[in-house]
Amino acid sequence: MMDIQEKLKEIGPYVEAEDDGMLVCRCEEVTKGEIRKAVHEGIFTIEELRRYLRSGMGLCQGQTCGKLVKGIVARELGVAPSEVEPASSRAPMRPIEMEILAEDGGVAHE
Amino acid sequence: MSNTADVVIIGGGVVGCAAAYYLAKAGNTNVIVLEGTKSIGHGGSSRNGGGVRQSGRDVRELPYAMYGIKHLWPTLSEELGVDVEYTQKGNLRLGKTEAHLEKLQTLAKNAQSVGLDVRMVDAKEVKEICPYLSDDIIGASWCPTDGHANPLTTTLGYYKRALEMGVRFYTDAEVTELRKVKGKVRKVILKDGTVFEGETIILAAGYESRYIARTVGVDVPMTRLIDECLVTEMQPHMFDIMLGTAGADFYGHQAKHGSFVFGSDCGYEEVTDMTDPSKLITNAMTLSASCRAIMGYVPALKDAKIVRSWCGWLDNAFDGVPFISKVDEAEGLILACGFTGHGFGTAPAVGLMLSQMVAGEDTVVDITPLRYDRFKPCR
Repeated sequence: MMDIQEKLKEIGPYVEAEDDGMLVCRCEEVTKGEIRKAVHEGIFTIEELRRYLRSGMGLCQGQTCGKLVKGIVARELGVAPSEVEPASSRAPMRPIEMEILAEDGGVAHE
Repeated sequence: MSNTADVVIIGGGVVGCAAAYYLAKAGNTNVIVLEGTKSIGHGGSSRNGGGVRQSGRDVRELPYAMYGIKHLWPTLSEELGVDVEYTQKGNLRLGKTEAHLEKLQTLAKNAQSVGLDVRMVDAKEVKEICPYLSDDIIGASWCPTDGHANPLTTTLGYYKRALEMGVRFYTDAEVTELRKVKGKVRKVILKDGTVFEGETIILAAGYESRYIARTVGVDVPMTRLIDECLVTEMQPHMFDIMLGTAGADFYGHQAKHGSFVFGSDCGYEEVTDMTDPSKLITNAMTLSASCRAIMGYVPALKDAKIVRSWCGWLDNAFDGVPFISKVDEAEGLILACGFTGHGFGTAPAVGLMLSQMVAGEDTVVDITPLRYDRFKPCR
């Protein structure tokens, strides 16, 4: 069980850092500062963060920035990166055109 | 911190978070929200197509669906300080056959009877409203006041604002049991044995509400049904309207940042089974079937790349409308479940009404048709 209000007190307020402007998620242009700030607003999981900021939601689905984001969230929460669960991987593994994906042998909807 | 509050809300989805926010807004911040998983909005709240609609809805749902669109959605981003991407540019429900049009006409007529502006449009007018649609479409229903929003930021926006106002949230707090004290539902017991207590308990835990309600002898007739969503890579801006079809092949819209988000199915949903439903495993057939359905109505998207698909469970009420109700036999308990896939768009109005029910006030619209005891023996 995680008591969100208690945890927010424990980690203290967001304090601006020099490298907050650094782009972390290149697909969706999310900065380190935005990620750090979100944690202090109560966004504690990668799943929530993706939905809140769109980090890892673009073309590469977080394959580039996933590890970096995890590290930033872990540091902000004061836990080991291994304690931060990664986002679920979902089909398709690589972006595929609708027209190609549609050719699985099935018939048109009616 | 104390495990006792004025109100304990079970379920950190959009309904639970909205109820917490409206309670806090009305001055009651002595509220606890319990989310069973590690993430707020892990269930249907983040697994829907983002429709904020009135057309196609049951007449019992329409009064509060309409109330939310008129009074709550337009100012929600400003109120929460989070962009919920509310876009009110209308909804086309498309038909390709005469049977489709008949179905749409019946739905439109029902909605008109409770004062909703929805009308039938012909193929030519469909093209005027949205030039990207297929020539196979022979007509549609058009509801200009329908729209869409971002379910992810809406849910988290309610959460964030309620949190700022002092509401206590707990995640990874799975509820297994309710217990009465002196005849009144008061205790909420977690899987790990932790006990929370509230003067009022709001049960907004999707399908899992059924198991929880049963622990105080209340059965809520609903089933679980899987639904899947997909999202494309960013596309140039095409249209702002929401789309649906009479055949229920798919629904969806283009989101603010350019991706298209669609919900669809493959036809085997009713027999879908999962050893562990919490794993939310998508069906290998659905993504391809969805693409065919979408291209059948929006051929212009054939080259759009799909970047992700996901699924979620609907809490399908037996008669297709939710249970938003106090319970005579279980004083202190308020049900808010069985949303049947319509929960997101109506969540602001439902959240507001729940806060009013807690305060013992009349709700903004009459919801007696949504009482839990509306089912009577029929033979």
